[in-house]
Amino acid sequence: MSASLEKGINALKEQVDSSVAAFFSSCVHCGMCADACLFQTETGNPASTPIAKTEPLRRIWKSEYTLLGRLGKIFGLSKKVDEELLAEWETMVYDNCTMCGRCSMVCPVGNDIALMIRKTREGMAVAGYAPEGLIGAMNRAIKIGSPMGVKLPALLAQIKHIEADTGKTIPVDVVGAEYMLLLSSMEIMNFPKFIEAISKIFDKAGATWTISTEAFEATNTGIQIGVNDLAAELVQRTVDAAEKLKVKTVISPECGHAYMAIRWEGPNLIGKPYSFQVRHILEVLDSMRAEGRIKTDSKESQKLTYHAPCQVARRGGVIDEPRRLLDLFADNFVEMLDAGKMNWCCGAGGGVSSNERADEVRLEVFKRKKAQLEEVKPDALVSACANCRIHLEDGLEEYGMDIPVISLTETLAEHLADD
Amino acid sequence: MSEIALLEWVRGPGFQIATIILVVGVIIRIFEILMLGRKSNLAEAKGSEFASGMRTIVTRSVPTAESFKRSSLTIVAGYVFHFGLFVTIFLYAPHILLIKGVTGLAWPALPTPVVDIVAVVSIIALLVVLVHRFNNKVLRYLTTSGDLFAWFVTIAPLVTGYIAFHRIGMSGPALLAVHILSVELLMVVLPFTKLAHAFTIFMARWYNGAISGYRGVQS
Ligand code: HEM
Ligand code: HEM
Repeated sequence: MSASLEKGINALKEQVDSSVAAFFSSCVHCGMCADACLFQTETGNPASTPIAKTEPLRRIWKSEYTLLGRLGKIFGLSKKVDEELLAEWETMVYDNCTMCGRCSMVCPVGNDIALMIRKTREGMAVAGYAPEGLIGAMNRAIKIGSPMGVKLPALLAQIKHIEADTGKTIPVDVVGAEYMLLLSSMEIMNFPKFIEAISKIFDKAGATWTISTEAFEATNTGIQIGVNDLAAELVQRTVDAAEKLKVKTVISPECGHAYMAIRWEGPNLIGKPYSFQVRHILEVLDSMRAEGRIKTDSKESQKLTYHAPCQVARRGGVIDEPRRLLDLFADNFVEMLDAGKMNWCCGAGGGVSSNERADEVRLEVFKRKKAQLEEVKPDALVSACANCRIHLEDGLEEYGMDIPVISLTETLAEHLADD
Repeated sequence: MSEIALLEWVRGPGFQIATIILVVGVIIRIFEILMLGRKSNLAEAKGSEFASGMRTIVTRSVPTAESFKRSSLTIVAGYVFHFGLFVTIFLYAPHILLIKGVTGLAWPALPTPVVDIVAVVSIIALLVVLVHRFNNKVLRYLTTSGDLFAWFVTIAPLVTGYIAFHRIGMSGPALLAVHILSVELLMVVLPFTKLAHAFTIFMARWYNGAISGYRGVQS
């Protein structure tokens, strides 16, 4: 057995806890998870069935942690995890899964299959079976501080532009600010208007905020690829910066997996609770709304609908906040079928968008979102994740649909009351 | 061995052995799972863990509308044979007598003709499940020999019970012995096959609800 395979197998062993054991013990191969997965419904590929993607982890659980499996191992009967299996499973686990978690919501025996796939990735990545694109992004995140290779000077240049355009100062490294804003590289490069919107809204609401030059990147490729120690290193950078600036709340921006990483996985990765709060930008805006600190004076008459980023809504718990915020400015809002915690994934989360090999299937599974949008026929599509936004634009273009994709925060900023 | 002796063995020592394996097996499996433990969550909670877990144990029995539309056959056939198993095992007069003999507990039975019909319907539902398993692309891909074995040991007591009741083929004692043997097979393999879901399902659903509920989403 090669050294990296052995490491991979050990990583898989570490992933098995009582929840995983209860899940695998309960699976009856009923196939209902397949019907919840857009990679299965849109391609018809049976190998895309969510529970099937966990096979490497299942074999480890069975042969190491069950009585019959251990007996089988002694007699050489148990199914092994080898290089061949991992090579075959790599495309299923990374290219054909966004860890959107719909499967976890429908499994009749209650298996959290997305969690099981997340855990399977841990072993795959350590054994060296992960997509090039993601490995590259992770290396850049560790070395440069950003998966897209966005360095501090690029951020500072964008900030300068915004300051010149608006005449406002974007607070950088301000000690004692209430909020510290994280950004995804995608926002810095493609959607700098987001920073402008934050500046406008927070000014009006009278909240102090800052961006840290030492930790501004919100995304965590370590989590997408499934390497816990590197993921922890990235989280620690944010923790150090937040503690240094003595902020009360760290804001996760309009990005799905960044929120999952910093809000839900972060403390568990570094092994201790935070000394500050982490909130998604939509949660922060909604609490400002509740306190009457955000007021709008104009409405959007276009028909709007909302695409919920999976890691923010279903996996993150931010479901009602965007609706209440939309209510501030949307006159003609319609929900898509399956909206809320069962919303369909756009098809590009969980590292799929950083994985060129998955480009084709990512656009193929967009047919699901397309069908949802065709039922509702919105004039514009609101979302709260830069990664979803880019992929939604991509998919809409691919299928010749002319629907602008807009950010909730940015659109809210446009409708703020001038008082 | 004579028929009567066989029947005596399966009713006596055979049944005791099967019961011990079932009980010890279930305990081993539960321990195997719980001993692994689970790290406590260090992230600040947005919802309850325990209550959400308990709620999911119940709510997961009802599929979402969309899930029902896409998987209706699996769900309907599944409900029918599980319900049928419950009725035949627990509401059939001879079975209640047996349980009374062992535990002293008894409750009213359903009329035998009703149980008879329920048994037939359950057998049909299980046949539908099997055909579906071979016809459906996803199910065919997922199916292992273990699934077929579990299916067999589930349908066997229903079929042998039905045959015994209607005295088809052999003599009374032999038929009954075969029926009880098939039940003993089910008892012995239940903890060690996917049929373990009968008890692990509560743990799995609880974990699912707890993990999700902690993040503020009722799953
Ligand atoms: C507390 C008791 C039980 C619960 C809550 C439960 C629940 C479930 C669920 C949710 C499924 C998956 C959906 C489906 O295929 O219908 C399932 C499948 C199944 N159950 Fe149970 N079950 C229980 C007890 C049992 C028992 C005692 C047996 C056998 C004697 C059994 C045999 C099966 C079989 C064979 C399947 C797989 C059907 C297939 O091949 O697709 N179950 N059960
Ligand atoms: C050790 C446990 C069991 C014992 C001792 C037992 C015993 C019996 C007896 C004495 C009969 C009546 C047969 C006759 O009149 O000759 C019977 C019928 C039957 N049993 Fe069981 N049984 C057991 C468990 C089960 C289980 C677990 C199932 C189903 C999964 C089952 C399904 C049936 C059915 C379907 C009938 C026929 C009912 C009818 O068609 O009216 N039995 N059983």
